[in-house]
Amino acid sequence: MFGFILRRLSLLIPTFLGVSLVAFFFIRLLPGDPVLLLAGERGMSPDRYAELMHRFGFDLPLWQQFIYYFTDLLHGDFGTSISTKKPIFTEFFTLFPATLELSFCAVIFAVALGVPAGVIAAVKRNSWFDHTAMGTALVGYSMPIFWWALLLIIVFSVMLGWTPVSGRISLMFFFPKVTGFMLIDSLLSGKAGAFQSAMSHLILPTIVLGTIPLAVIARQTRSAMLEVLGEDYIRTAKAKGLSPFRVVAVHALRNALIPVITTIGLQIGVLMAGAILTETIFSWPGVGKWMVDSIFRRDYPAVQGGLVLIALIVMAVNLIVDMLYGLVNPKIRHQR
Amino acid sequence: MKTMSRLLAATMLVAGLVSAAHAKTFVYCSEGSPEGFDPAPYASGTTHDASSVPVYSRLTEFEHGTTSVIPGLAESWDISEDGTVYTFHLRKGVKFHTTEYFKPTRDFNADDVIFSLTRQNDKNSPWYSYAGGSWEYWEGMDMPKLVKSLEKVDDYTVKLTLTSPNAPMLANLAMAFASIMSKEYADKLAAEGKQSDLNQLPIGTGPFQFVAYEKDAVIRYQAFADYWNGKPKIDDLVFAITPDASVRVQKLKAGECQAAPYPNPADIDALKTDSNIQLLDQAGLNIGYLAYNTLQKPFDDVRVRKALNMAINKKAIIDAVYQGTGQAAKNPIPPTMWSYNDQIQDDPYDPEAAKKLLAEAGVKDLSMKVWAMPVSRPYNPNARRMAELIQADFANVGVKVEIVSFEWAEYLKRGKEKTRDGALLQGWTGDNGDPDNFLFALLSCAAVDSGSNRAFWCNKDFTDLVTKAATVSDVAERTKLYEDAQVVFKKEAPWATIAHSTTYMPLAKSVTGYKVDPLGLHWFEQVDVAE
Repeated sequence: MFGFILRRLSLLIPTFLGVSLVAFFFIRLLPGDPVLLLAGERGMSPDRYAELMHRFGFDLPLWQQFIYYFTDLLHGDFGTSISTKKPIFTEFFTLFPATLELSFCAVIFAVALGVPAGVIAAVKRNSWFDHTAMGTALVGYSMPIFWWALLLIIVFSVMLGWTPVSGRISLMFFFPKVTGFMLIDSLLSGKAGAFQSAMSHLILPTIVLGTIPLAVIARQTRSAMLEVLGEDYIRTAKAKGLSPFRVVAVHALRNALIPVITTIGLQIGVLMAGAILTETIFSWPGVGKWMVDSIFRRDYPAVQGGLVLIALIVMAVNLIVDMLYGLVNPKIRHQR
Repeated sequence: MKTMSRLLAATMLVAGLVSAAHAKTFVYCSEGSPEGFDPAPYASGTTHDASSVPVYSRLTEFEHGTTSVIPGLAESWDISEDGTVYTFHLRKGVKFHTTEYFKPTRDFNADDVIFSLTRQNDKNSPWYSYAGGSWEYWEGMDMPKLVKSLEKVDDYTVKLTLTSPNAPMLANLAMAFASIMSKEYADKLAAEGKQSDLNQLPIGTGPFQFVAYEKDAVIRYQAFADYWNGKPKIDDLVFAITPDASVRVQKLKAGECQAAPYPNPADIDALKTDSNIQLLDQAGLNIGYLAYNTLQKPFDDVRVRKALNMAINKKAIIDAVYQGTGQAAKNPIPPTMWSYNDQIQDDPYDPEAAKKLLAEAGVKDLSMKVWAMPVSRPYNPNARRMAELIQADFANVGVKVEIVSFEWAEYLKRGKEKTRDGALLQGWTGDNGDPDNFLFALLSCAAVDSGSNRAFWCNKDFTDLVTKAATVSDVAERTKLYEDAQVVFKKEAPWATIAHSTTYMPLAKSVTGYKVDPLGLHWFEQVDVAE
C-alpha cells in the first residue's frame, strides 16, 4: 500500500507543473488585460497605462513573468489579487469552506439517493421503477442548472415559503467564523435556531448541485450492477441459498461499487463546474463565483492562484479516491 | 440542571427576539461584492455603494435624488475672483466612528482633508501605493492636471489652488473618490504596520459605521449615533450580496430584503403589478450612442452621418432593447441634466430622405461594420440586439452592415484605435452631474487622445465652447455655452444618439424616504421602514 501511495504521489509533480503552466498561459491567452478593464469606458492615457502595467509587472517578457510566478508558487506564495489587493491564499481559503460544505452535501445527497436507486433499478430490471428512475435520471442530467434552480426557488421559497431564497444562514444570526463551515459554526455559536437556519439554507443548493451527479451515479450503479449480477459467483451465491438481500448487498454491490467510486471521484470536477452556477444563483460565497469574477476582471494572479489551488485539491481528492479504490479492490494495490 | 439550561436558553431566545424587534433592520440585496472599503482606488458603483455612501462624507455632497452640490463636511466656501482658489470652511464637532478596532481621540479637521486627497497624488506618500497605486477617479477626473496645491490654513480652513479655473470642481469633490478618511486612524495603522486595514476596516464620518464583512455574502453596518447630519432612522443596515438579478427579485418578494437594485428589464412589468412592491424610477443620467469613426471615409462626411442617423428607428430600439423603459436621445446629455438644450430638433426617422442624402454625398453600395458591446450596461442592456435592429434599418437605405463584437476588454481597447473600422456602440453614465463630464469628457479634442472620444471627432468650435464653459463659474453663462455646444454637436452628428435608459429601484412597500440617485448610487441614510 505504501509503495502504491508513493507511486501516486510522484505522478503529482509533473501534473502540478503542467497545471501551473496552463493556469499562467491560459488567462493570458484571453484578450484584454486587467489595466484596460480598470479604466473601462473612461479610457486611459498611454503613459498611465504603461505605468500601471509596469507596477503589476505585466510589462516583463512572458517567460520572466512565469519564472517569478513559479518561484513564488514554490515558496507557497500564490500572489496578491489585483482587485482586492489581498493575498490569493487568504481569499481562497476564506471562501473554500463554503464550496466544500455545499459540494460535500451534494455528494452525500447524490450517493444516498443514486446508489440505492441504481441498485433497485438493476435488480428490478425493466420494471416500472427502472424506467421511471432512469428516465428521471436522464432528465436530471440534461437539466440546465440555472433554470432548475430558479424553478425550485419560485416554487419552494416564494410560493410555498418552505425554504429561504438564498444565502447561507438567516441574517438575524451574526457570529464569528470559526471553521468556515456554517453547519459547524452555527452549532458552535450556541444560538437557538441557528443550525436549523443553516440547514434550511442548504436544501435547495444541495439539490441543484447534486442533481447531475445523482443522475450519473444512479445510471452508473445500475449498469455496474447489471454486469455483476450476470457473473457466475452471483449464481453460485444464489445457489448456496443466500438471502436475496445478502446476494445483492454483499456479493454484488461490493464489486459493482468499484466503477461507481471512480465515477464519484470524477464528479468532483463536475461539482466544481456546477458550483460556479449554483453559487451565483444562491448567493453562496464560494470559490466558484470568485473564480468567475476574477476571470471577468482579468485578475491574473487570482485566476492563476485559484486554478492551481483548485487543481491541487482535485488532485488530492483523486489520490484519496485511488486509495479507496485500492482498498475496495486488492487487485489494484498489488499491481506492479 | 437540564431544565435550568433549557429555561436559560428560552429566556435568551425571547430576549434576542425582543431586542431584534426593537432594532430596525434594513436589508439591501446588493448586486456584487465590494473590492475594498476605501472608495478612492476603485471605480465601480458596487464598491462605492458599500464604502463611500454609508461610511464616509465629503467636503461637498450631492443633495439626495439630485445632482445639486450642497455643503458637506465643508460648511461653506469662498472662490477667488479668478476662480482658481477655493477656500473651504470646515464643519466643527464632526465625529469619526468609534468601533472595536479604532477609538478616535479628536474630531474631524483639516489634517483629514489634506491626508485623504494628497495621498492620491503624492507618489512619495507611504499611502500612495498601499492599495496598488491605482487612483482611477483622481486620474479620470483630471485632478493631477487641475490641482496645483492643497494647503491647511488652520484646523478648520483648507485652501485648494487650481492651475486654471474649473467650475465642475465642487461636484468632483462630492464624488466617492474625495471621501474623507481619518488621518489619526491611518497614522495608527501605519505605526502598527497594518496599512491594508484602511481598505478593510473603514473609519469615516458617514451615517453608518462598519461592523463586519463576510466576503461575497454579507456586509453589516450600524447607524452612527453621532452622525453630523442626524442619526439615520434605521438601526442596522445589512447588504445581502445577491449577484443574480432574478434571485434578487425573488428575495424581495419573499421578504428577505427590502430593496433589490438593477432588475432585469423583462421583470419590470411583473414588479409594477406586485402589490407588496413599490417600483421607483428615475431617468438615468446616461446616454447610449453609436459613434462613427469621423476620421475615416465616408464617415468624415457629415452628410453620411446625418443620413445614417435618419435611417435609425429609435422607437423600435427602445421597445425591443429597453423594453420600453427608456427615452429616445437627441442630445449627448440626458434631459435631467442642467443645460440640456430642448430647442434642438432630432433628426427625423426618414429612410427616404436618408437615401437621398447618401446619394447626394456620392455614397453607393456602402458596407460598414457596427460594433456591438458584449456586455449589458445600464445605458445599453443588449447591444447585440440593438446592432441587429440598426443593421435592418441601414439595409432599408441600402447600407450593408456587418456586426462585430469582441470580448469586453478587447472591445474597449480596439474601440479606441483610430484605425477602427465603422461605427461603435458605446455609452456613458455620468459621474458628477456636470455637463462637462459628458461634453468635454466624451467629445472634446483632448478626449480624442485619451481614447474616450470614440468618434475621434475634433471640432474646434465645440471644444472652445466646452473648454470655456468649464472655466466660468456663473451657471447661467455656462448653460448658454453648453446649449450652443449641443447645437454644434447636432449639426456635425459625430454620434447617433440612441437612448437614455430609466433606472428602476424595486422596494418593499414598507420602505419610505428612499430617493433614486441620478448618479446611480444607493443611499439609505434617510430611509425608514414601517413596522
